[in-house]
Amino acid sequence: MPRKLMEMTTLIRSKNAGPFVMSFDIMFDDAAKYRHVKNSNVLNQQLFSELYNIPRDQVHFVSSDAAMAFKISIPRPIPAGDLGCTDMHAGQQYSPLLDIEIPD
Amino acid sequence: MDEIRMIAPTGVLGSGYLKESLDAGLKLKPHFIGVDAGSTDPGPHFLGTGTCAFSKQAYKRDLTPLLLGTRSLSIPLAIGSAGTAGGEIQLQWAFDIVKEIAADNNLHFKIALIHAEQRKDYLISQLKAGKIKPLKPELPISEAVITRSEHIVAMMGAEPYMQALKEGADVILAGRSSDPAIFAAFCMQKGYDPGLAWHAGKILECGTAATVFRKRPDCILAYLHKDHFIVEPLDPDARCSPQSIAAHSFYENYDPFYIQESSGLLDISQASYQAVSDRAVKVSGSKFVPQTPPTLKLEGAEFAGYQSVLIGSIRDPIIIRQIDSWMTRLKEKAAERIAELYPAPHAREGITIFYHVYGKDGTMGPLEPVRETLSHELCLIVEVTAGTQEIATTIAGSIRHIALHLPVPEWSGIITGLATPFSPPYIERGAIYRFNLNHVLEVENPLEAFQIEMISI
Repeated sequence: MPRKLMEMTTLIRSKNAGPFVMSFDIMFDDAAKYRHVKNSNVLNQQLFSELYNIPRDQVHFVSSDAAMAFKISIPRPIPAGDLGCTDMHAGQQYSPLLDIEIPD
Repeated sequence: MDEIRMIAPTGVLGSGYLKESLDAGLKLKPHFIGVDAGSTDPGPHFLGTGTCAFSKQAYKRDLTPLLLGTRSLSIPLAIGSAGTAGGEIQLQWAFDIVKEIAADNNLHFKIALIHAEQRKDYLISQLKAGKIKPLKPELPISEAVITRSEHIVAMMGAEPYMQALKEGADVILAGRSSDPAIFAAFCMQKGYDPGLAWHAGKILECGTAATVFRKRPDCILAYLHKDHFIVEPLDPDARCSPQSIAAHSFYENYDPFYIQESSGLLDISQASYQAVSDRAVKVSGSKFVPQTPPTLKLEGAEFAGYQSVLIGSIRDPIIIRQIDSWMTRLKEKAAERIAELYPAPHAREGITIFYHVYGKDGTMGPLEPVRETLSHELCLIVEVTAGTQEIATTIAGSIRHIALHLPVPEWSGIITGLATPFSPPYIERGAIYRFNLNHVLEVENPLEAFQIEMISI
Protein backbone atom coordinates (compact mmCIF):
# COMPACT_ATOMS: atom_id res chain seq x y z
CA MET A 1 0.00 0.00 0.00
CA PRO A 2 1.31 3.46 -0.81
CA ARG A 3 2.04 5.59 2.22
CA LYS A 4 1.66 9.29 2.75
CA LEU A 5 4.87 11.31 3.04
CA MET A 6 3.82 12.72 6.43
CA GLU A 7 3.64 9.19 7.86
CA MET A 8 7.25 8.47 6.92
CA THR A 9 8.92 11.69 8.06
CA THR A 10 9.79 13.31 11.39
CA LEU A 11 9.40 16.85 10.10
CA ILE A 12 8.04 18.62 7.05
CA ARG A 13 8.39 22.38 7.24
CA SER A 14 8.61 25.54 5.18
CA LYS A 15 10.38 28.80 5.99
CA ASN A 16 11.84 31.89 4.35
CA ALA A 17 15.44 31.80 3.20
CA GLY A 18 15.54 35.59 3.01
CA PRO A 19 12.52 37.68 1.96
CA PHE A 20 12.41 36.41 -1.64
CA VAL A 21 12.90 32.66 -1.31
CA MET A 22 11.00 29.97 0.55
CA SER A 23 12.54 26.68 1.44
CA PHE A 24 11.09 23.28 2.33
CA ASP A 25 12.75 20.71 4.60
CA ILE A 26 11.61 17.09 4.58
CA MET A 27 13.33 15.13 7.35
CA PHE A 28 13.57 11.52 8.48
CA ASP A 29 14.96 9.68 11.49
CA ASP A 30 15.04 6.33 9.77
CA ALA A 31 17.62 5.63 7.06
CA ALA A 32 15.47 2.96 5.40
CA LYS A 33 12.46 5.26 5.10
CA TYR A 34 14.64 8.10 3.81
CA ARG A 35 16.24 5.84 1.21
CA HIS A 36 12.88 4.41 0.20
CA VAL A 37 11.49 7.89 -0.46
CA LYS A 38 14.68 8.93 -2.25
CA ASN A 39 14.65 5.82 -4.46
CA SER A 40 10.96 6.27 -5.24
CA ASN A 41 11.89 9.48 -7.11
CA VAL A 42 8.50 10.94 -6.27
CA LEU A 43 10.11 14.03 -4.77
CA ASN A 44 11.75 15.96 -7.57
CA GLN A 45 11.91 19.35 -9.28
CA GLN A 46 8.90 18.59 -11.46
CA LEU A 47 6.65 17.90 -8.45
CA PHE A 48 7.52 21.23 -6.81
CA SER A 49 7.17 23.02 -10.12
CA GLU A 50 3.58 21.73 -10.35
CA LEU A 51 2.59 22.13 -6.69
CA TYR A 52 3.91 25.66 -6.39
CA ASN A 53 3.33 26.81 -9.97
CA ILE A 54 6.85 27.88 -10.80
CA PRO A 55 9.19 27.03 -13.68
CA ARG A 56 11.09 23.81 -13.08
CA ASP A 57 14.48 25.48 -13.53
CA GLN A 58 13.75 27.71 -10.53
CA VAL A 59 13.40 24.73 -8.19
CA HIS A 60 16.58 24.10 -6.22
CA PHE A 61 16.45 20.48 -5.05
CA VAL A 62 19.01 18.84 -2.75
CA SER A 63 19.02 15.57 -0.83
CA SER A 64 21.39 14.85 2.04
CA ASP A 65 22.15 11.29 3.06
CA ALA A 66 24.02 12.47 6.20
CA ALA A 67 21.10 14.52 7.45
CA MET A 68 18.51 12.09 6.01
CA ALA A 69 16.66 15.01 4.54
CA PHE A 70 15.52 16.75 1.38
CA LYS A 71 15.72 20.46 0.84
CA ILE A 72 13.87 22.39 -1.81
CA SER A 73 14.13 26.16 -2.36
CA ILE A 74 11.87 28.18 -4.66
CA PRO A 75 11.08 31.88 -5.16
CA ARG A 76 8.26 33.15 -2.92
CA PRO A 77 5.05 33.99 -4.83
CA ILE A 78 5.03 37.43 -3.13
CA PRO A 79 8.07 38.79 -1.24
CA ALA A 80 7.78 38.67 2.56
CA GLY A 81 5.70 41.57 3.85
CA ASP A 82 4.86 42.99 0.42
CA LEU A 83 1.28 43.89 -0.51
CA GLY A 84 -0.89 40.76 -0.65
CA CYS A 85 1.55 38.63 1.36
CA THR A 86 -0.29 36.22 3.64
CA ASP A 87 2.62 34.29 5.15
CA MET A 88 5.55 36.51 6.04
CA HIS A 89 7.73 33.66 7.30
CA ALA A 90 6.44 31.25 4.63
CA GLY A 91 5.92 28.92 7.59
CA GLN A 92 2.58 27.46 6.46
CA GLN A 93 3.25 26.61 2.82
CA TYR A 94 4.08 22.92 3.21
CA SER A 95 0.62 21.34 3.52
CA PRO A 96 0.42 20.16 -0.12
CA LEU A 97 3.41 17.91 0.64
CA LEU A 98 1.83 16.00 3.52
CA ASP A 99 -0.43 13.71 1.53
CA ILE A 100 1.98 12.93 -1.29
CA GLU A 101 1.83 9.20 -1.86
CA ILE A 102 5.02 7.17 -1.82
CA PRO A 103 4.58 3.79 -3.55
CA ASP A 104 5.62 0.63 -1.76
CA MET B 1 45.01 29.25 23.16
CA ASP B 2 44.35 25.55 22.52
CA GLU B 3 40.58 25.78 22.80
CA ILE B 4 38.00 28.51 22.28
CA ARG B 5 34.86 28.32 24.34
CA MET B 6 32.14 30.60 23.03
CA ILE B 7 28.53 31.07 23.98
CA ALA B 8 25.48 32.21 22.07
CA PRO B 9 22.88 33.05 24.73
CA THR B 10 19.91 33.02 22.35
CA GLY B 11 18.99 32.95 18.68
CA VAL B 12 17.85 36.55 18.63
CA LEU B 13 18.49 39.24 21.20
CA GLY B 14 15.23 40.20 22.89
CA SER B 15 13.65 36.74 22.63
CA GLY B 16 15.11 35.64 25.98
CA TYR B 17 17.24 32.89 27.53
CA LEU B 18 17.46 31.17 30.90
CA LYS B 19 19.64 33.10 33.34
CA GLU B 20 20.66 29.73 34.89
CA SER B 21 21.98 28.56 31.51
CA LEU B 22 24.07 31.71 31.08
CA ASP B 23 25.42 31.40 34.64
CA ALA B 24 26.36 27.77 33.98
CA GLY B 25 28.14 28.89 30.83
CA LEU B 26 30.01 31.71 32.59
CA LYS B 27 31.37 29.16 35.11
CA LEU B 28 33.06 27.37 32.19
CA LYS B 29 35.16 30.53 31.64
CA PRO B 30 34.19 31.23 28.04
CA HIS B 31 36.48 33.35 25.85
CA PHE B 32 33.72 35.08 23.95
CA ILE B 33 29.97 35.69 23.90
CA GLY B 34 28.18 36.64 20.71
CA VAL B 35 24.54 37.29 19.97
CA ASP B 36 22.63 37.91 16.78
CA ALA B 37 19.92 40.55 17.02
CA GLY B 38 18.70 40.73 13.48
CA SER B 39 16.55 39.15 10.84
CA THR B 40 14.48 40.05 7.82
CA ASP B 41 11.84 37.60 9.06
CA PRO B 42 9.71 40.19 10.88
CA GLY B 43 9.31 41.88 7.50
CA PRO B 44 10.18 45.18 5.82
CA HIS B 45 8.44 47.38 8.40
CA PHE B 46 11.48 47.44 10.68
CA LEU B 47 14.06 48.46 8.07
CA GLY B 48 11.53 50.89 6.59
CA THR B 49 10.73 52.65 9.86
CA GLY B 50 14.01 52.17 11.76
CA THR B 51 12.28 50.38 14.62
CA CYS B 52 13.08 47.16 16.46
CA ALA B 53 10.90 44.03 16.55
CA PHE B 54 11.60 43.75 20.30
CA SER B 55 11.02 46.37 22.97
CA LYS B 56 13.57 48.30 25.01
CA GLN B 57 12.51 46.27 28.05
CA ALA B 58 13.24 43.00 26.23
CA TYR B 59 16.70 44.26 25.16
CA LYS B 60 17.52 45.48 28.66
CA ARG B 61 16.58 42.18 30.25
CA ASP B 62 18.66 40.16 27.77
CA LEU B 63 21.64 42.54 27.56
CA THR B 64 22.18 43.27 31.26
CA PRO B 65 23.46 39.81 32.31
CA LEU B 66 25.52 39.61 29.11
CA LEU B 67 27.28 42.93 29.79
CA LEU B 68 27.78 42.11 33.49
CA GLY B 69 29.00 38.57 32.73
CA THR B 70 31.44 39.48 29.96
CA ARG B 71 32.86 42.44 31.92
CA SER B 72 33.35 40.29 35.03
CA LEU B 73 35.43 37.82 32.96
CA SER B 74 37.00 40.60 30.81
CA ILE B 75 36.00 38.84 27.59
CA PRO B 76 34.54 40.40 24.45
CA LEU B 77 30.81 40.57 23.77
CA ALA B 78 29.64 41.05 20.19
CA ILE B 79 26.09 41.96 19.17
CA GLY B 80 25.26 41.78 15.46
CA SER B 81 22.42 43.35 13.44
CA ALA B 82 21.35 45.60 16.31
CA GLY B 83 17.66 46.46 16.46
CA THR B 84 16.41 43.84 13.95
CA ALA B 85 17.44 45.47 10.65
CA GLY B 86 20.80 46.85 11.75
CA GLY B 87 20.28 50.33 10.29
CA GLU B 88 21.65 53.51 11.81
CA ILE B 89 18.56 54.45 13.85
CA GLN B 90 18.41 50.94 15.33
CA LEU B 91 22.14 50.93 16.08
CA GLN B 92 21.83 54.19 18.00
CA TRP B 93 18.70 52.93 19.79
CA ALA B 94 20.54 49.81 20.95
CA PHE B 95 23.59 51.92 21.89
CA ASP B 96 21.39 54.06 24.14
CA ILE B 97 20.22 50.90 25.93
CA VAL B 98 23.81 49.68 26.35
CA LYS B 99 24.82 53.08 27.80
CA GLU B 100 21.87 53.01 30.19
CA ILE B 101 22.82 49.53 31.44
CA ALA B 102 26.44 50.64 31.82
CA ALA B 103 25.39 53.69 33.84
CA ASP B 104 22.98 51.69 36.04
CA ASN B 105 25.70 49.14 36.84
CA ASN B 106 28.76 51.41 36.89
CA LEU B 107 30.37 49.52 34.00
CA HIS B 108 33.17 51.05 31.95
CA PHE B 109 34.42 49.60 28.70
CA LYS B 110 35.56 50.28 25.17
CA ILE B 111 32.76 49.78 22.68
CA ALA B 112 33.03 49.55 18.90
CA LEU B 113 29.99 50.77 17.00
CA ILE B 114 30.08 49.38 13.48
CA HIS B 115 27.79 51.23 11.10
CA ALA B 116 26.10 49.29 8.29
CA GLU B 117 23.63 51.78 6.82
CA GLN B 118 24.77 52.95 3.39
CA ARG B 119 24.77 56.43 1.91
CA LYS B 120 22.64 56.68 -1.22
CA ASP B 121 25.22 58.74 -3.14
CA TYR B 122 27.84 56.05 -2.46
CA LEU B 123 25.51 53.30 -3.67
CA ILE B 124 24.51 55.28 -6.77
CA SER B 125 28.18 55.75 -7.68
CA GLN B 126 28.77 52.03 -7.15
CA LEU B 127 25.74 51.20 -9.29
CA LYS B 128 27.10 53.39 -12.11
CA ALA B 129 30.46 51.64 -11.75
CA GLY B 130 28.74 48.27 -12.24
CA LYS B 131 29.51 47.13 -8.71
CA ILE B 132 25.93 46.24 -7.72
CA LYS B 133 24.92 42.81 -8.99
CA PRO B 134 21.53 41.06 -8.78
CA LEU B 135 20.88 37.85 -6.90
CA LYS B 136 18.10 35.42 -7.80
CA PRO B 137 15.18 36.00 -7.91
CA GLU B 138 16.23 39.13 -9.73
CA LEU B 139 14.69 42.49 -8.75
CA PRO B 140 14.95 45.66 -10.83
CA ILE B 141 17.59 48.16 -9.77
CA SER B 142 18.18 51.76 -10.85
CA GLU B 143 19.20 55.06 -9.39
CA ALA B 144 15.49 55.67 -8.67
CA VAL B 145 15.22 52.46 -6.61
CA ILE B 146 18.12 53.58 -4.44
CA THR B 147 16.82 57.14 -4.15
CA ARG B 148 13.33 56.11 -3.07
CA SER B 149 14.54 53.60 -0.46
CA GLU B 150 13.94 54.64 3.14
CA HIS B 151 17.04 52.81 4.36
CA ILE B 152 19.63 50.53 2.79
CA VAL B 153 22.02 48.41 4.83
CA ALA B 154 24.94 46.28 3.73
CA MET B 155 25.57 42.98 5.48
CA MET B 156 29.06 42.90 6.96
CA GLY B 157 31.18 39.79 7.10
CA ALA B 158 33.75 38.89 9.74
CA GLU B 159 36.35 41.53 8.80
CA PRO B 160 34.81 44.58 10.57
CA TYR B 161 34.44 42.50 13.76
CA MET B 162 38.06 41.31 13.50
CA GLN B 163 39.19 44.90 13.03
CA ALA B 164 37.21 46.05 16.09
CA LEU B 165 38.70 43.20 18.19
CA LYS B 166 42.16 44.16 16.95
CA GLU B 167 41.53 47.73 18.08
CA GLY B 168 40.75 46.40 21.55
CA ALA B 169 36.95 46.56 21.67
CA ASP B 170 35.44 45.04 24.83
CA VAL B 171 31.97 45.24 23.35
CA ILE B 172 31.07 45.29 19.66
CA LEU B 173 27.67 46.65 18.74
CA ALA B 174 27.23 46.26 15.00
CA GLY B 175 24.67 47.08 12.37
CA ARG B 176 23.53 44.53 9.78
CA SER B 177 25.81 41.51 9.90
CA SER B 178 26.03 38.00 8.59
CA ASP B 179 24.82 36.01 11.60
CA PRO B 180 27.72 33.48 11.70
CA ALA B 181 30.30 36.27 11.19
CA ILE B 182 29.69 37.46 14.76
CA PHE B 183 31.30 34.21 15.99
CA ALA B 184 33.59 33.37 13.08
CA ALA B 185 35.42 36.69 13.48
CA PHE B 186 36.61 35.97 17.03
CA CYS B 187 37.79 32.45 16.07
CA MET B 188 39.63 33.56 12.95
CA GLN B 189 41.22 36.44 14.82
CA LYS B 190 42.67 33.83 17.17
CA GLY B 191 44.04 31.93 14.17
CA TYR B 192 41.51 29.09 14.01
CA ASP B 193 40.47 27.34 10.82
CA PRO B 194 37.96 29.49 8.87
CA GLY B 195 35.84 26.48 7.83
CA LEU B 196 35.29 25.40 11.43
CA ALA B 197 34.92 29.02 12.58
CA TRP B 198 32.14 29.75 10.08
CA HIS B 199 30.40 26.43 10.61
CA ALA B 200 30.44 26.84 14.41
CA GLY B 201 29.10 30.38 13.95
CA LYS B 202 26.36 29.10 11.67
CA ILE B 203 25.20 26.64 14.33
CA LEU B 204 25.54 29.02 17.28
CA GLU B 205 23.77 32.01 15.77
CA CYS B 206 20.34 30.44 16.20
CA GLY B 207 20.91 29.53 19.87
CA THR B 208 19.10 26.35 20.80
CA ALA B 209 17.46 26.04 17.37
CA ALA B 210 20.03 23.28 16.70
CA THR B 211 18.83 21.14 19.62
CA VAL B 212 16.71 18.01 19.26
CA PHE B 213 13.57 19.57 20.68
CA ARG B 214 13.74 23.32 21.16
CA LYS B 215 11.55 24.07 24.17
CA ARG B 216 12.55 27.76 24.35
CA PRO B 217 15.23 30.20 23.14
CA ASP B 218 18.35 29.54 25.23
CA CYS B 219 22.14 29.33 25.45
CA ILE B 220 24.38 27.06 23.40
CA LEU B 221 28.14 26.55 23.76
CA ALA B 222 30.87 25.59 21.30
CA TYR B 223 34.35 24.29 22.11
CA LEU B 224 36.53 25.03 19.09
CA HIS B 225 39.76 23.09 18.52
CA LYS B 226 42.26 23.03 15.68
CA ASP B 227 40.51 20.32 13.69
CA HIS B 228 36.98 20.08 15.08
CA PHE B 229 34.44 21.72 17.34
CA ILE B 230 31.93 20.42 19.85
CA VAL B 231 28.47 21.92 20.37
CA GLU B 232 26.43 21.50 23.52
CA PRO B 233 23.39 23.30 24.94
CA LEU B 234 23.78 24.78 28.43
CA ASP B 235 20.36 23.80 29.76
CA PRO B 236 20.89 20.25 31.14
CA ASP B 237 17.43 19.30 29.89
CA ALA B 238 18.30 20.22 26.29
CA ARG B 239 20.43 18.11 23.95
CA CYS B 240 22.02 18.10 20.51
CA SER B 241 22.27 15.00 18.34
CA PRO B 242 24.34 14.47 15.18
CA GLN B 243 21.14 14.71 13.18
CA SER B 244 19.89 17.88 14.92
CA ILE B 245 23.22 19.59 14.16
CA ALA B 246 23.41 18.31 10.58
CA ALA B 247 19.78 19.23 10.01
CA HIS B 248 20.26 22.73 11.39
CA SER B 249 22.15 23.73 8.25
CA PHE B 250 18.87 23.18 6.40
CA TYR B 251 16.99 25.78 8.40
CA GLU B 252 16.42 29.10 6.61
CA ASN B 253 19.22 28.39 4.13
CA TYR B 254 18.91 28.24 0.37
CA ASP B 255 21.23 25.25 0.23
CA PRO B 256 22.15 22.97 3.16
CA PHE B 257 25.77 22.36 2.05
CA TYR B 258 27.01 25.61 0.50
CA ILE B 259 26.43 28.81 2.42
CA GLN B 260 27.42 32.06 0.77
CA GLU B 261 29.26 34.60 2.90
CA SER B 262 30.66 37.97 1.85
CA SER B 263 34.24 36.76 1.51
CA GLY B 264 33.68 33.19 0.38
CA LEU B 265 31.66 30.02 0.51
CA LEU B 266 31.18 27.82 3.55
CA ASP B 267 31.25 24.24 2.24
CA ILE B 268 29.88 21.72 4.73
CA SER B 269 29.12 19.02 2.19
CA GLN B 270 31.92 16.87 3.63
CA ALA B 271 31.32 17.75 7.30
CA SER B 272 30.88 14.88 9.71
CA TYR B 273 28.88 14.79 12.92
CA GLN B 274 29.59 12.45 15.82
CA ALA B 275 27.94 12.16 19.21
CA VAL B 276 30.44 12.69 22.06
CA SER B 277 27.75 12.31 24.72
CA ASP B 278 23.97 12.09 24.68
CA ARG B 279 23.82 15.90 24.38
CA ALA B 280 27.05 17.06 22.69
CA VAL B 281 28.13 16.67 19.06
CA LYS B 282 31.58 16.83 17.47
CA VAL B 283 31.78 18.46 14.03
CA SER B 284 34.71 18.27 11.62
CA GLY B 285 35.44 18.48 7.91
CA SER B 286 33.92 21.93 7.27
CA LYS B 287 35.69 24.05 4.67
CA PHE B 288 35.75 27.72 3.79
CA VAL B 289 36.58 28.63 0.21
CA PRO B 290 37.63 32.29 -0.08
CA GLN B 291 36.27 34.23 -3.05
CA THR B 292 37.27 37.57 -4.52
CA PRO B 293 36.09 40.21 -4.84
CA PRO B 294 34.15 40.28 -1.57
CA THR B 295 30.40 40.81 -2.09
CA LEU B 296 28.22 42.50 0.50
CA LYS B 297 24.53 41.66 0.49
CA LEU B 298 22.31 44.75 0.36
CA GLU B 299 18.92 45.08 2.02
CA GLY B 300 16.61 47.97 1.25
CA ALA B 301 13.08 48.99 2.14
CA GLU B 302 10.86 51.49 0.34
CA PHE B 303 7.48 53.05 1.06
CA ALA B 304 4.64 51.05 -0.51
CA GLY B 305 1.60 53.12 0.54
CA TYR B 306 -0.78 53.54 3.44
CA GLN B 307 -2.95 50.65 4.43
CA SER B 308 -6.34 50.02 6.00
CA VAL B 309 -7.52 46.53 6.77
CA LEU B 310 -11.08 45.30 7.18
CA ILE B 311 -11.79 42.14 9.18
CA GLY B 312 -15.14 40.34 9.14
CA SER B 313 -16.60 36.86 9.17
CA ILE B 314 -19.36 34.90 7.49
CA ARG B 315 -21.44 32.17 9.16
CA ASP B 316 -24.45 31.81 6.82
CA PRO B 317 -24.10 28.47 4.94
CA ILE B 318 -26.00 29.95 1.98
CA ILE B 319 -23.31 32.60 1.51
CA ILE B 320 -20.49 30.15 2.23
CA ARG B 321 -21.62 27.70 -0.46
CA GLN B 322 -21.53 30.51 -3.03
CA ILE B 323 -18.47 32.24 -1.62
CA ASP B 324 -16.64 32.43 -4.98
CA SER B 325 -19.49 34.24 -6.74
CA TRP B 326 -20.17 36.31 -3.60
CA MET B 327 -16.53 37.46 -3.68
CA THR B 328 -16.74 38.23 -7.40
CA ARG B 329 -19.82 40.40 -6.81
CA LEU B 330 -18.17 42.10 -3.84
CA LYS B 331 -15.10 42.94 -5.93
CA GLU B 332 -17.25 44.27 -8.80
CA LYS B 333 -19.34 46.48 -6.51
CA ALA B 334 -16.20 47.70 -4.76
CA ALA B 335 -14.62 48.67 -8.10
CA GLU B 336 -17.81 50.55 -9.09
CA ARG B 337 -17.84 52.44 -5.80
CA ILE B 338 -14.14 53.34 -6.09
CA ALA B 339 -14.80 54.71 -9.60
CA GLU B 340 -17.62 56.85 -8.17
CA LEU B 341 -15.45 58.11 -5.32
CA TYR B 342 -12.40 58.81 -7.46
CA PRO B 343 -13.61 59.48 -11.02
CA ALA B 344 -10.26 60.75 -12.31
CA PRO B 345 -8.12 57.73 -13.27
CA HIS B 346 -4.96 59.33 -11.84
CA ALA B 347 -6.68 59.57 -8.44
CA ARG B 348 -7.06 55.78 -8.45
CA GLU B 349 -3.37 55.15 -9.13
CA GLY B 350 -1.68 53.32 -6.33
CA ILE B 351 -4.87 51.77 -5.02
CA THR B 352 -4.24 48.04 -4.46
CA ILE B 353 -6.78 45.73 -2.86
CA PHE B 354 -6.26 42.13 -1.77
CA TYR B 355 -9.12 39.97 -0.52
CA HIS B 356 -8.12 37.07 1.73
CA VAL B 357 -10.75 34.44 2.58
CA TYR B 358 -9.62 32.45 5.61
CA GLY B 359 -11.26 29.07 5.93
CA LYS B 360 -10.93 28.77 2.17
CA ASP B 361 -7.50 29.75 0.87
CA GLY B 362 -6.36 32.57 3.16
CA THR B 363 -2.93 31.10 3.86
CA MET B 364 -1.89 29.83 0.44
CA GLY B 365 -4.07 31.86 -1.95
CA PRO B 366 -3.99 30.51 -5.52
CA LEU B 367 -1.49 27.80 -4.48
CA GLU B 368 -4.08 26.19 -2.20
CA PRO B 369 -4.85 22.72 -3.61
CA VAL B 370 -8.12 22.35 -1.63
CA ARG B 371 -10.50 24.47 -3.72
CA GLU B 372 -13.83 23.73 -1.97
CA THR B 373 -14.10 24.88 1.63
CA LEU B 374 -15.53 22.51 4.21
CA SER B 375 -15.62 25.19 6.89
CA HIS B 376 -18.84 26.31 8.57
CA GLU B 377 -17.48 29.84 8.88
CA LEU B 378 -15.09 32.02 6.93
CA CYS B 379 -13.01 35.05 7.81
CA LEU B 380 -12.64 37.86 5.31
CA ILE B 381 -9.65 40.17 5.48
CA VAL B 382 -9.58 42.98 2.96
CA GLU B 383 -6.23 44.72 2.62
CA VAL B 384 -6.48 48.17 1.02
CA THR B 385 -3.34 50.12 0.15
CA ALA B 386 -3.39 53.64 -1.29
CA GLY B 387 -1.32 56.79 -1.57
CA THR B 388 -2.87 58.32 1.55
CA GLN B 389 -4.36 56.88 4.71
CA GLU B 390 -7.57 58.76 3.98
CA ILE B 391 -8.07 57.05 0.62
CA ALA B 392 -7.24 53.61 2.08
CA THR B 393 -9.74 54.09 4.90
CA THR B 394 -12.40 55.53 2.60
CA ILE B 395 -12.21 52.39 0.46
CA ALA B 396 -12.06 49.97 3.41
CA GLY B 397 -15.17 51.68 4.83
CA SER B 398 -16.97 51.39 1.50
CA ILE B 399 -16.10 47.71 1.10
CA ARG B 400 -17.38 47.05 4.61
CA HIS B 401 -20.73 48.55 3.74
CA ILE B 402 -21.01 46.74 0.42
CA ALA B 403 -20.06 43.37 2.00
CA LEU B 404 -22.41 43.93 4.92
CA HIS B 405 -25.51 44.05 2.75
CA LEU B 406 -24.43 42.21 -0.40
CA PRO B 407 -27.58 40.38 -1.57
CA VAL B 408 -27.80 36.65 -2.29
CA PRO B 409 -30.58 35.29 -4.51
CA GLU B 410 -31.80 32.81 -1.86
CA TRP B 411 -32.79 35.55 0.59
CA SER B 412 -35.28 38.33 -0.24
CA GLY B 413 -35.05 41.64 1.61
CA ILE B 414 -31.97 43.31 3.04
CA ILE B 415 -29.51 41.00 4.75
CA THR B 416 -26.46 41.60 6.90
CA GLY B 417 -24.02 39.01 5.68
CA LEU B 418 -20.79 40.03 7.38
CA ALA B 419 -19.97 39.99 11.09
CA THR B 420 -17.41 42.66 12.01
CA PRO B 421 -15.84 42.36 15.46
CA PHE B 422 -14.39 45.85 15.88
CA SER B 423 -15.41 49.49 15.92
CA PRO B 424 -14.12 51.07 13.81
CA PRO B 425 -14.42 47.98 11.64
CA TYR B 426 -11.19 48.76 9.80
CA ILE B 427 -7.67 49.02 11.20
CA GLU B 428 -5.45 51.83 9.95
CA ARG B 429 -2.02 50.25 9.55
CA GLY B 430 -0.22 53.44 8.61
CA ALA B 431 2.73 53.48 6.22
CA ILE B 432 3.67 50.11 4.68
CA TYR B 433 7.09 49.21 3.30
CA ARG B 434 8.48 46.57 0.97
CA PHE B 435 11.90 45.00 0.59
CA ASN B 436 13.23 46.32 -2.70
CA LEU B 437 16.75 44.96 -3.12
CA ASN B 438 18.09 41.47 -3.68
CA HIS B 439 21.59 42.47 -4.69
CA VAL B 440 25.21 42.38 -3.66
CA LEU B 441 27.75 45.17 -3.67
CA GLU B 442 31.20 44.21 -4.90
CA VAL B 443 33.96 45.81 -2.89
CA GLU B 444 37.75 45.79 -3.02
CA ASN B 445 38.06 45.74 0.75
CA PRO B 446 35.44 44.08 2.97
CA LEU B 447 35.89 46.90 5.48
CA GLU B 448 35.19 49.72 3.07
CA ALA B 449 31.42 50.00 3.52
CA PHE B 450 31.51 49.92 7.33
CA GLN B 451 32.72 52.70 9.58
CA ILE B 452 34.06 51.52 12.95
CA GLU B 453 33.68 54.01 15.78
CA MET B 454 35.53 53.32 19.05
CA ILE B 455 33.96 54.90 22.14
CA SER B 456 34.93 54.64 25.81
CA ILE B 457 32.06 54.50 28.26
